[in-house]
Amino acid sequence: MKCDVCENEASVFLTQIINGQMTTVNLCESCSKAKGVTEETGFGLAEAFLSPTQRSEDSMEVVCNACGFTASQLKKIGRMGCPECYNSFREGLDGLLRNMHKGTRHVGKRPMSVGGTAPQLLPRQRTSVVREETSSPPPPMPVPAPAQPSDVSKLRADLDLAVQEERYEDAAKLKAEIERLQPKAPSQ
Amino acid sequence: MMRFATLIKNPADWMKGAGPHSEIVMTSRVRLARNLRGFPFPGFSQERQRVDLLEQVRPVVEQLPEMRDGYSEDYTELSKIRKQVLVERHLVSREHAARSSGCAVVVDRKQSISIMINEEDHFRIQGIRPGLSLHSAYELVDRVDTELESALPFAFDSKLGYLTACPTNLGTGMRASVMLHLPALVLTEQINPVIKAVGKIGLAVRGLYGEGTEALGNLFQISNQHTLGEAEPEIIAQIEKVIEGVVRSEQNARAKLKEDHQTMLQDQVGRAFAILRYAHVLSSKEALNLLSMLRLGADLDLVGNCDRSLIDMMLLEIQPAHLQLNAARELSPDERDSMRAEITRARLQSIDGPGSFPPSQSTPGGPPSAPNDE
Ligand SMILES: [Zn+2]
Ligand SMILES: [Zn+2]
Repeated sequence: MKCDVCENEASVFLTQIINGQMTTVNLCESCSKAKGVTEETGFGLAEAFLSPTQRSEDSMEVVCNACGFTASQLKKIGRMGCPECYNSFREGLDGLLRNMHKGTRHVGKRPMSVGGTAPQLLPRQRTSVVREETSSPPPPMPVPAPAQPSDVSKLRADLDLAVQEERYEDAAKLKAEIERLQPKAPSQ
Repeated sequence: MMRFATLIKNPADWMKGAGPHSEIVMTSRVRLARNLRGFPFPGFSQERQRVDLLEQVRPVVEQLPEMRDGYSEDYTELSKIRKQVLVERHLVSREHAARSSGCAVVVDRKQSISIMINEEDHFRIQGIRPGLSLHSAYELVDRVDTELESALPFAFDSKLGYLTACPTNLGTGMRASVMLHLPALVLTEQINPVIKAVGKIGLAVRGLYGEGTEALGNLFQISNQHTLGEAEPEIIAQIEKVIEGVVRSEQNARAKLKEDHQTMLQDQVGRAFAILRYAHVLSSKEALNLLSMLRLGADLDLVGNCDRSLIDMMLLEIQPAHLQLNAARELSPDERDSMRAEITRARLQSIDGPGSFPPSQSTPGGPPSAPNDE
């Protein structure tokens, strides 16, 4: 696959939803560096790169920062966009699951690699699935949040309420605050 | 790998073998939904991403010990009719068959295991066994899942379990379902309370064929609805326990039919045989219902030398895509109806039929619908 900017072979693929439309950008190594698109920053920059003007429109709503799926899309189709969505839309999820299932906590089989403890951290995925460097998956997703300090729990409860009451602007602020207090887990 | 024609020519393992309660439970199926970490779900990814994912994972799936020398096909290589044949064989879902680019299915030689790639989830691993044997169907898919997870990073959360596109599959990602033939419960009008009771326990019941509440061929499917909060063996044990109860009810209803309504029963089975044996036009609905009666007759020894597996094979052969595959072309509905009758006529040629059986010793009182005027 060719880079969207130059003619080199692309190695970075980014998917983003813009105004409900799925868009993928393919970039080669050097162009991705030139655009500042790296694994750490991931989709946020991809979005900026694609449509710097349209960001504010969506910022009212809770969005999965791994795949760009929005809370309203979830509401509409009842399905998630990617595995990380379960983290992004965690607020209000328990209530939904309680109506759907026997419980809200998994008690069945666990992958060997998890071994009955916490899930493994993510960054290894690139090498384990992808054998050819040229066809890499979207950048790795943020690691699921570790155990939360109590003030974060309080914020989460507020966020829950905000989402329930569809105060998305408040929800976005609370979400940003939670993310600030709870920095991403170190990569290994 | 195996060719399509070879796959379809052979009856699946579950069609040949008899399992526990095969006279009532036709198949036990278990499927697991699995997804790769770091990839959007198929419904929310671009065609290019799905094709890319497929290219990476398909060799891994094909090289599993269970799937070696099996059948593997990219959907862009499969005609509509062939895909539909796979649906009728219960190897792929209707939803999956409707897709094309970026999708594939891998089936083992025995047609006991099928792995759909890029269904609603990245992987749907299905195991199918004859009779009431959810345990052994689960063992099949559990083993395949464990092998796959050593090569592929599945999306898993310690609280929520396996992460699936739809929250209704979250946790175990497991759907266990049993296909039941319940003609006596339908004939004795006891089916509705049974369905209600099963539904109350949190299991889903639906007709296998037909719309809404209609269950053509008296075929029903019962499956779990909850996937989170219980472990796999618990879910399976619960369904098996419920099914044991349904099987007992059907057995009782059959015994009652045989005892209290023998004439009506013989009449229904005799008519079914006669029409299937001599008709020239058969709609799908009519054929399913007649085959159901014939199967009941065979189970109750009312039809001479009629093997149950012959009837179960016919249940597949009369389906639209199987008919068209057999004819090697698309058929109009009228053509299908005549082709369907051609098949049942031919298959029943070697069967003695119910007429050759000794008449009932006494003349028991028939049901009100079939008064005995002797
Ligand atoms: Zn470039
Ligand atoms: Zn997502």
